[in-house]
Amino acid sequence: MSTVLAAAGVGAGEAWTFWILGPLAILAALGMVVARNAVHSALWLVLVMLCLGVFYVVQAGPFIGLAQIIVYTGAIMMLFLFVLMLVGRDASDSLIEVLRGQRLAAVALGLGFAGLVGAAFFRALDSRDAIGLAQANAEGNVQGIAASLFTRYVFAFEVTSALLIAAAIGAMILAHVERHKDQKFTQPDLMRARFAPGNYPGPKPGPGVYATSTSVATPGLLPDGRLSDRTISPILPKRELTEAESTPKATEGR
Amino acid sequence: MEPGYYVVLAAVLFTIGAVGVLIRRNAIVLFMCIELMLNAGNLALVTFSRINGTLDGQIMAFFVMVVAAAEVVIGLAIIMSIFRTRRSASVDDANLLKY
Repeated sequence: MSTVLAAAGVGAGEAWTFWILGPLAILAALGMVVARNAVHSALWLVLVMLCLGVFYVVQAGPFIGLAQIIVYTGAIMMLFLFVLMLVGRDASDSLIEVLRGQRLAAVALGLGFAGLVGAAFFRALDSRDAIGLAQANAEGNVQGIAASLFTRYVFAFEVTSALLIAAAIGAMILAHVERHKDQKFTQPDLMRARFAPGNYPGPKPGPGVYATSTSVATPGLLPDGRLSDRTISPILPKRELTEAESTPKATEGR
Repeated sequence: MEPGYYVVLAAVLFTIGAVGVLIRRNAIVLFMCIELMLNAGNLALVTFSRINGTLDGQIMAFFVMVVAAAEVVIGLAIIMSIFRTRRSASVDDANLLKY
């Protein structure tokens, strides 16, 4: 329970944690901004959030730290990755600047903002001693948060439930695709279409398996030696076989 | 070191998120930068909670998390519906209202 009863001052262990994880969080945040691939950005952001979760636990907030790890890195970032996979992970940025010099101006503005706000906070807080949460956490951090949450903040807590319901309904409305009545197919319609003449009802043949390649993107060979397009999924780019791979190896009959 | 260092770190992370919003084009990455800014605000709130010796800051950080979760759900749904109609997640391509 030593972390729960964290003292007002900063011990040596906490200072070590800060000086290791703080620069790591800043590097990961920079990596998120400069990464070309959106999936890499998401993973960098996960690292930032894990570092922040450790900071919360160190600062006598084990509940908020674990909520950070479970809700942010567990739920929200996985939702991000899910949408990235739906939208296509090759959706990378264009390098064309629409407004000339915007990036440079943004970085200069950011440096100025960070210097100003950071220096102001540091000057304001440097001379102040932290009171520490030892008294507030005397009965445990979760108990202390619950006592406040269900008395002083109970109205805000109830409003939160309305917010979550509104968000769930909004997501359902946005994700819903309106379909006209004559565009709907029933199961008998689908079965009739499947067994109609001109459509092969069985499963499609598998991709080619060769001594040098078992990729799902290599097409299989027909009996006469031609490549078959039906053996690979249309969304995959077709991997052309090299001459050495597609010529018969003359191993038959040995 | 003092607890004020955490607030300086929060300011730096917030700035990185703000700069990311300004320089990136992909709508999903923009959203991640906004999440980074919210996280930096949470770090400042938790530090203030420790400096002031009350748990109010942690409760506010908890509410920020709830609002962020709701915001992500709606925002990603909007990005998905824009992607369905425009086939692009770049904020430069959504310019129908420009002229």
